[in-house]
Amino acid sequence: MLEGYIPIFVMLAGGAAFGIVMVKLNELFGPKHPTEEKYTTYESGMEPVKSARERFSIKFYMVAVLFILFDIEVVFLYPWAVTFKGLGVNGFITMAVFIFILLVGYYYVWRKGALEWD
Amino acid sequence: MNNYLTDFWQATPIVSLAIFALLTLIVDAAGKDKPVLSYWMSLIGIVVAAGFSVASLGASTPLFNTMLAQGGYSSYCNLIFLGSAFLCIVLSRNYLERLQYHRGEFYVLIILATVGMMLMAAALDLMIIFLGIELMSICLYVLAGFIRKKEKANESSLKYFLLGAFATGFLLYGIALIYGTAGTTNLALIGKSFPQLSHNSLFMIGAGMLIVAFSFKVAAVPFHMWAPDVYEGSPTTISAFMSTGAKAAAFAVFVSVFIRTFDIGGTKLSDVLAIIAAVSMIVGNVTAIAQNNLKRMLAYSSIAHAGYMLSGIAAGNIEGETGILFYLSAYVFMNIGAFGIISWMEQQDDKKLTFDDYAGLSSQHPAVAALMAIFMFSLAGIPPFAGFFGKYYVFLAAVKAGMTWLAIIGVLTSLISVYYYLRLVVLMYFRDGQASIEEKVSAPAMAAISCAALFLIVLGLYPSLVVDIAKGFFKI
Amino acid sequence: MVAYTPLIIVLFPLLGFLFLGLIGSRIKNEKLIGLIGSGTVGLSFLVALGLFFQMTGLHPEERKHVVELFTWISAFTGTASSFSVSVAYQIDQLSILMTLIVTGVGFLIHVYSIGYMHGDPGFWRFFTYMNLFIFAMLNLVLADNFLLMFLGWEGVGLCSYLLIGFWYEKKFTGDAAKKAFIVNRVGDFGFLLGMFLIFVNFQSLNFDAVFGRAAVLNPNSTMVWITLLLFIGATGKSAQIPLYVWLPDAMAGPTPVSALIHAATMVTAGVYMVARCSILFALAPATLEVVAIIGALTAIFAASIGLVQNDIKKVLAYSTISQLGYMFLAMGVAAFTAGIFHLMTHAFFKALLFLGSGAVIHGMHDEQDIQKMGGLKKYLPTTYRTFVIGAIAIAGIPPFAGFFSKDEILWKTFSGEYGSVLLWVVGALGAGLTAFYMFRLVSLTFEGDERFDHHHVHPHEAPKTMTVPLQVLAFLSIVGGFVGIPASLFGGNTIEHWLEPVFAPANDKLRLTSHSVEWTEYLLMFISVGIAVAAIYAARTVYLKRAELAERWKNKYASLYKVLLNKYFVDEVYDKTIVNPTVKISEGFLWKGVDVSVIDGAVNGSAKLVALAAQGIRRIQTGVMQQYATVFVGGIVLIMIWLILK
Repeated sequence: MLEGYIPIFVMLAGGAAFGIVMVKLNELFGPKHPTEEKYTTYESGMEPVKSARERFSIKFYMVAVLFILFDIEVVFLYPWAVTFKGLGVNGFITMAVFIFILLVGYYYVWRKGALEWD
Repeated sequence: MNNYLTDFWQATPIVSLAIFALLTLIVDAAGKDKPVLSYWMSLIGIVVAAGFSVASLGASTPLFNTMLAQGGYSSYCNLIFLGSAFLCIVLSRNYLERLQYHRGEFYVLIILATVGMMLMAAALDLMIIFLGIELMSICLYVLAGFIRKKEKANESSLKYFLLGAFATGFLLYGIALIYGTAGTTNLALIGKSFPQLSHNSLFMIGAGMLIVAFSFKVAAVPFHMWAPDVYEGSPTTISAFMSTGAKAAAFAVFVSVFIRTFDIGGTKLSDVLAIIAAVSMIVGNVTAIAQNNLKRMLAYSSIAHAGYMLSGIAAGNIEGETGILFYLSAYVFMNIGAFGIISWMEQQDDKKLTFDDYAGLSSQHPAVAALMAIFMFSLAGIPPFAGFFGKYYVFLAAVKAGMTWLAIIGVLTSLISVYYYLRLVVLMYFRDGQASIEEKVSAPAMAAISCAALFLIVLGLYPSLVVDIAKGFFKI
Repeated sequence: MVAYTPLIIVLFPLLGFLFLGLIGSRIKNEKLIGLIGSGTVGLSFLVALGLFFQMTGLHPEERKHVVELFTWISAFTGTASSFSVSVAYQIDQLSILMTLIVTGVGFLIHVYSIGYMHGDPGFWRFFTYMNLFIFAMLNLVLADNFLLMFLGWEGVGLCSYLLIGFWYEKKFTGDAAKKAFIVNRVGDFGFLLGMFLIFVNFQSLNFDAVFGRAAVLNPNSTMVWITLLLFIGATGKSAQIPLYVWLPDAMAGPTPVSALIHAATMVTAGVYMVARCSILFALAPATLEVVAIIGALTAIFAASIGLVQNDIKKVLAYSTISQLGYMFLAMGVAAFTAGIFHLMTHAFFKALLFLGSGAVIHGMHDEQDIQKMGGLKKYLPTTYRTFVIGAIAIAGIPPFAGFFSKDEILWKTFSGEYGSVLLWVVGALGAGLTAFYMFRLVSLTFEGDERFDHHHVHPHEAPKTMTVPLQVLAFLSIVGGFVGIPASLFGGNTIEHWLEPVFAPANDKLRLTSHSVEWTEYLLMFISVGIAVAAIYAARTVYLKRAELAERWKNKYASLYKVLLNKYFVDEVYDKTIVNPTVKISEGFLWKGVDVSVIDGAVNGSAKLVALAAQGIRRIQTGVMQQYATVFVGGIVLIMIWLILK
């Protein structure tokens, strides 16, 4: 039963080995000039330890939410496109309805000005 | 495979309402600040959908590869949801104008929630149930926090959302377990193999998860904790909508899964439901006594009513189903009526919400006091109002199913409930006070509430009007 | 036949009631109120009359029909024993007759009331109640099942209560209303129990179903219980021994009410109910015997009290009780037709007499004591003439209406299989007493010396709206009996043939045979007419020609007179044996003992407990989300444990 999974296991083992080997090679051959800044978790300027109760602008959330919405559209469209022939006319109708509803939402978002950053 | 276009054409109530929701959204977005337009469009949409529902009350046909059932039982439930939504919208206009939160989206969200409810009632598949519940709930999360600058509204919205998401997790888990054991999500197929499945404990856990999720939606103990806080913080008309439409939808699903699909009579599921019903009746009624805020009182009362109706589910027989359908149609109108009157009295910043604010109302506004008294009497289950027959039928179902103890608890706790319902009537009629309604009640709102009261009296005198229709739906 | 005619008949008074009840207080015009109040009843009467004539054109078997409006209460399952009651009206020979009496006499009394109630501040209220009464009474007689009949039964009881206490500002009207209501409750309780027993035994409350199933049964003890309980209900509503005490007090209401409710229609409901259930009573000969004895006793008992009363309405009230006794006597000897026949003629002449007394009271400025009247025929000629016609009719002088119906009852009592000579003697004696007290009343009121105070009282004739109904009723009291002329007097006895299909099952069950004309029938007729004539003569002699005789007898038989005047002290006995002990026990034991300490204690105690629990449970509702989720999970865990382990 498990024979079918052997390629996957090989793939997993290969991937893991590749990652480990690369990191270890880097450690072996790379030059090291440590400073205190370099030892912090995020060296790009974020404070790693501070109060989590920080306020973000609502705009970030808006973009995030809109992104998820339209991203799901793609997640939906992709498998649909792959099996489009098999689904036939009904598949087309269903997707047309879906896209239409999404468009209405898009129109609403656009008119309400949620797409503008300022 | 037949064409989906014909299916769309046949599912007129749901489709027409959804189209109206989208149209209203477009119109609302296109024009600036004309919520009245949305108000009228949504009302028209509801009337159209109700018309299609009435036309299809008779027979029921499966659509979309037996995903949805159109007509019959679902049309009956549609009418309950639509009635609730209609009253809620009519009542909301003045209320929102007064609070300066009159927005077109409000109505769109109500209609979309109603579409979700209709999907729930029409569902022939667990996936559609899930879809319907989510559509309804997401709209309600937003509506609960609609008065967005009010702290309590935000709190209630967040609480409802978090606990709702929690419950949704269990719903999905339950569906997954049922799919895993039954091999299908189609209700009819699951129903066929229920006798064998009911010995499979994995399946039973799945069904138990469904009970948990649905009980959350109907606010039954111990999954009721959100209800008082959410009802208190939400706009009053939305509390009305949540406690009637949303609850009715959850019961519609309860009926279609646990009575129409599973034959739960005598199984462990029935025991669990009976216990939940009993605890809900006791906790709801007892806690309601200690409340001073009317919205909270009605929240606990709605928990108790969920208990009464759950005893019909626990019975799992034809009387139970018919009884619940009758109960729902009565309950929706009496509860929305009570909330509606509260919304007239209520003032900015949650003022005038306590019992004492109603003292002496009858001398200032005799008509309003009389209507409130009718709703209270009906909620208490005093004949000749519809509430009495609702209780009678579900308790009858419990007795027929051999759960006399449940009926006894029901009657005893109803007795307790009389206290807090009549307390309001006593205050309105027999205490001196300065209770008054600051602003004039609009004619449509008054008419809507009066119609609800009239409906309760008619149903109370002539219960067969609804019972005869409801009887026809049993086992499709 | 128009299918929904019965509905229309019932609907008119209901509409009148709703209209007057809702906006009557705002209508200032008395005429309009009177027109609506009486018009609705009049229209019902016309429709009923039309229906009646249509029925006469049909074959007897086709005359009965049932209109089912809707299922009123149903308890689901389609099995035979499930409880299901419809709002359905049944039109048959008996119910149409009752409908005609109720609406016809009711209409006349409504018209009369326009004059009688003129100027009363509660004018609209009066007509509202009266219309409601007609509506309830029609439900009672047209119902096709026991429950709807009971609804009407309670409805007329309520209207009776409201109308007796119509002038609620006086204490004694309120007391009288309460008495009527409470005494009737005793009877209603019997009716209810009977109804329960019927449902248990027949699995239905529908007349057709119950009577159909009963027709194939044999007499048995269950039927005795059922019929006895039903009869207790009838004794309450129809004022028979022992529950008659409320009716004389009920005279506190306005006189048209006494005429309509407490003489012509409502009090005959018990008779109607027994007639309607004749087949059930036929299965219980023992009950029939009880009915006959109670009826005969009431007839003579009430008549004897009527001999000495001085209040004009009280005399008529006891007369009503006595006449109702005759009707029950008829029912008891299985002469159902005769009973209904007497019910009809009695409705005519008793309504006439009451309305006449109302005209007198109206003309005498609310004086009711006949000792302060006399010689009124000069002032109230129309009232006098019609009143005398009524008196002759009730006394049983041919060819007036009362003669035929009363004689029919007496003959059936004598000759029927279920009658007896003794009952006949009692009945005939009662008839004599009736004739006596009626003409005592006529003599003291209308003839002889004028004993009223001329300075304060100026008797005057009543207005047209009052006299016309009197004349119509007088006419009916004369000719009303012609529908029941027996074969012995070469009549067709139309009413017997008309009602035959209704009572056929009961008659078959009792194996009654129709009698050929016998010489005894003539003899009895002669005797009863003779007694009546003698009694009339005696009354006129004693109270007109030799007034000193009355005084002398009064002194000679002082103790008897006192007993009669005080109505055999029945009210006092009831007070001593039932009312006072009940009040005492209620007060001392039930109220202060049981109610305050036990029940209030338990109620308040449990209320306190609940409140305490409420405060406790309330604490769980902290508002903290995490705790909510904890409770939620706790619930899930418990459910899972139950589902897996049990």
